[in-house]
Order: sequence, then structure tokens, then C-alpha cells
Amino acid sequence: MVAATALTEIDAHPAAGAALDIEQVSHAFDIDGADLPVLSDVSISVEPGEFVALLGPSGCGKSTLLRLVAGLDKPKSGTLREDEARITRPHPSRVVVFQDPTLFPWRTVWDNVALGLEAQGILKSQRHRVDAALDLVGLSSFRNAYPHQLSGGMAQRVALARALVNDPKILILDEPLGKLDSLTRITMQAELVSLWQRKGFTTLLVTHDAEEALVLANRVIVFSDRPARVKADIRVDRPYPRHRGDPYLADLRRQILGLLGLDATW
Amino acid sequence: MSTYSLSDGLASGAPRLSRAPWLASWIRESGAGILASMAWIAFGLSCLWWEDVGDWSRTHSLGIAAFVIAAIALFGTVGADYLGSAGRALRQRAPWLVVLGVVLTLWEVATAKFAWLPLPFFPPPQSIIEVYTDDLPKLLDSVFASVKLQLGGYLIGATVGFLTGVSIGWSRAVGYWVHPVLRFIGPLPATAWLPIAFFTFPSSWSASTFLIALAAGFPVTVLTWSGVASVSNAYYDVARTLGAKPSFLVLKVAIPAALPHVFVGLFMGLGSSFAVLVVAEMIGVKAGLGWYLQWAQGWAAYANMYAALIVMSLLCSGAITLLFSIRDRLLVWQKGTVKW
Repeated sequence: MVAATALTEIDAHPAAGAALDIEQVSHAFDIDGADLPVLSDVSISVEPGEFVALLGPSGCGKSTLLRLVAGLDKPKSGTLREDEARITRPHPSRVVVFQDPTLFPWRTVWDNVALGLEAQGILKSQRHRVDAALDLVGLSSFRNAYPHQLSGGMAQRVALARALVNDPKILILDEPLGKLDSLTRITMQAELVSLWQRKGFTTLLVTHDAEEALVLANRVIVFSDRPARVKADIRVDRPYPRHRGDPYLADLRRQILGLLGLDATW
Repeated sequence: MSTYSLSDGLASGAPRLSRAPWLASWIRESGAGILASMAWIAFGLSCLWWEDVGDWSRTHSLGIAAFVIAAIALFGTVGADYLGSAGRALRQRAPWLVVLGVVLTLWEVATAKFAWLPLPFFPPPQSIIEVYTDDLPKLLDSVFASVKLQLGGYLIGATVGFLTGVSIGWSRAVGYWVHPVLRFIGPLPATAWLPIAFFTFPSSWSASTFLIALAAGFPVTVLTWSGVASVSNAYYDVARTLGAKPSFLVLKVAIPAALPHVFVGLFMGLGSSFAVLVVAEMIGVKAGLGWYLQWAQGWAAYANMYAALIVMSLLCSGAITLLFSIRDRLLVWQKGTVKW
């Protein structure tokens, strides 16, 4: 397990993260010849070391935006920049953790975590980083296990270690806790915050759980239905660790659910 | 309350079972071995008791060998506790030894002793033993020729098939050109090429190698291709965000992910290449077990045919065992693979 350090300062290591600028980005899918717009003129500017949660109805295009930030796809219009440099293709400084752990089943836990360093051809001299990343997520004793021997929470922690071993400047989280049971989820949320505080990377988290966004992020961006537009940009000025029962957060949550058109059900 | 009565029933039943526990467990452990020993003694007696109806030179030695096996079965299973893993293995296989002994006894009686089965076509066990002792050099030469031909053709076919499959699965351009050719030529049984192959190739050996390679290559190509094509895009996305170059995506993502499919192809290719091997040896190649079979038939040497068939079956089964053990080693990460 990750030791829950008592760091409460929000921007503990601003230097380790990169700034991210999303400028007037629009994107559309081509489905059977018809254009299906998914992002409409999205502009977001993220400070180095910020933890930004992207919240929106399911299928609104949040995950598409993450793929653009990762460089896996190119936007139809607009630009994305990491520290002023234009994003055109994937780079290990921006690593994605997907909703499914997508560990390679033919590799052991250690070899899965080593993937990034191996792909970049620097594994030989950097083996200690793999051990350190496994330590960080508390799975050193499972180094020789195969993915099918792990529980869902453990697999997702390995996926996290596989991302962190690259020392990313921007960590992109695409609903990484979405499929976990609620207890594992709460533990992993605490671990995420503590990792982010220690490492200081910029974090982009897609979620459709308003509570998760409020417990983790210092900024919550609410999207509209597809095509996604920025509906609200909310600062969450509360120290960590945060409490789910905090009336300030409860109030924000009510506001956010109102923006998503769910205030009646709450 | 109900648990009380249940455990009472168990307690009262226990003494009845444990009256002679050592005898029950001794019979359970060694009974099959004793039966096996009796079956093999019967086989030995059936060899020695009656006169042979024909002229076979190994009847006496076969009878003695049956007694030796009977002794091994008896002492091996009774004394299994002192023999370690060999003893355990023998105990486990004892029921099969019983069946073998019974079948051999019936075979011996039905052929060599009373000729219930018509004679040259159903040779007795001792005449097959005679082939193994007297015709050994020729048989070994045939085995060597078959293995050489099969191994060469299969390795070429598997390699070419694997590389083709990966290229079609990976590259659209290669797929565009190779796919139609594959669809046109692949389903054709390789044996259909035999007449053409034997006069277009410089030697019957190279023709057969080509045909075996063709038979093995088609399933390997198709299965490798479908394996590579079915690799989830998520794996590529993960690797790309971690900084993987295209060569890494092929060698470290596509190929390992496709490997379970590849082994299905290798297995199917092995089966169909055996068929081509035997037919090619029967028709054109002047060596190998297929040729030996054909030659034995020409001389009405039926015992030689059975002897060659047994060797052939052992070789094919051995080849598949080898393939499966390679697979098990490479695919340890898979759960629940079939045990051969």
C-alpha cells in the first residue's frame, strides 16, 4: 500500500508537471460517411501540477479529448500543446491509464511495468525504476505473477505503476477506477492523491462520478452532452485529504449535478 | 440438532469400514498390478503352451519377455512405495497393463495358435517382433528418411507461413496482394499438386519438401494472420503512449498476442503435413516409412506393414507431444491449456 503522507500543500512540486493548453479543439467521428461531432470548440488551459477532473454525461466525448491529449488521435481543428510544444503523436511524457488495466497477459507484472522503458530502449540501465514503481503501488511481492492471477484492483495498480515508471509530466486517467468495487475505489482514490502530491505531475482525470472528481481534483470541468463543450470550470479550494461529508464539497456536488441536469434526482 | 444426528451416523459407520483397512487399501493400491501381472503371465503361457501354426522364430523369446513384464508389474506395484516416482507411475498405468496383456493374449491365440483370423493378413505379435529384430537397419533408414523430409518441409512451411501471416495481419498492402493468392491456392489439398510437383522439381525429395511445406504453411499462415488481426487495439494504444516504435508493436505486442492462434495453426499444419509425407513417400520418394509400407505390401509382408505403422504412429504422436510441450513452455501465461 502507498503510505498516506500528510502532505496538504496543493502544488507541492509544481516543476515536475507540464502545462497543457487545449486551444479551440473540435473533433468529429466519421461514421458511415456522416460526420458525428464529438468535441465543439473546447479550450482549457491547465497549469503545471494541477489535478483537473473532466466530468460529463457518459458518451459526451471526454475520452476522445484524452486520446487527443495523449496524441493517439489528431483533432479535426484546433491545437493541443504540452509546455508550448505542439502535441502531434504519443510521447511517454504523457501516459494514459485506461478504464481497463489492459495489462499484457503474456508478461509478468514486472515485465508489464517495464514496458515503457523497454519500448524506449533504456530498460538495461534503468531496471531500478521498475522496482521502485512496483514498490510505489505496493506490489513488489507480485512481480513474477501473471495478470490473470491478479484481482481487479491489483491489476489497475500495476497499470498505474506501468504509467508512473516513465515519470510522466502529464498523467492521463480515463476512468481508471470505474470498474472497481467501492471499497477498493476509495483506497485507490487516496493512493492517487498521495502519488500526485509526491510526484507533482499534472493530472487529467475523466470520470462521471461527481464525488470522485471533488475528492481528488483541484479543478473540475463540466462538459455538456455530445458534442462536448465546456459548461463550467469549477475551482475546488480545499486541502487534502478531503472528506466526503465536507459540506463545502456537498454544496459543489449539488451545483455540478444541477449542471448535468440531475438536480431533481438528488 | 440435525448436525448432531449426522455426526452420530458417521461415527457409528466408521468402525465397520475400518475393520480391515490395510487389506482394503492394499487391494486398492496393488490390485490392478496383480491383475496386470496375471494378464501378462497368461500372454506368456499362450505363447509357450500351444504349438505355432506357422513358422515364427521369436515365439519362445516373446513368451519369456511376457513373464519378465509380468514380474515387473507385480513387484513394481506391490513394492511401489520403495520405488519412488517410478513406482507411482507404474501403479497409475497398471489398469492399462491389464488391458494390454488381455488383448495380446487374445491376439496371440487368435492368430499364431488357432488361426481364427486369416493368416497372412493378421500376423501374430511374434512376427512383428521379428520385423523389429531382423529388418531393423532398413526400418531405421526409413525412419531417418521420413524424419528428415518431414522436419525440413515442416520447418520451411511453418517459418514461411508465420512470416506471411504476420505480414498480412500487419500490412494492408501485403494483405491486398497475398490474400487472393492465399484464398486461391490454400484450400487446395497439397496432395493435388503431387503429379505436377514430381516432374517440375529437380528431385522427388525437393518436390516432397515443397508439398509438405505447402501443407503445413497454409494453416499456419491463416491462423497467424487471424491472430495478429484480432489483437485488441487497446494493447497498441498502451504501447504507443509508452513510446513504442512500429517494430516494437510487431515484435513485442502483435506476435506474443497472436501466439496462441499460431500454435493452433502449427498443430493443424503438422497433421496435414503428415498426410502429405506418407502419400509422397508412397508415390514418388524411394525412401521413408511410406515407401516401406508400399514396398512391404508389394511383397505381401504384412507383419512389416504393421511394424511400420506402429513406428509411424509413435513418430507422429511424438512430434505432436514435442509441439505441445514447446507451446506449454511459451504460453505459461495462459490459463487452462489442453493437455496432450
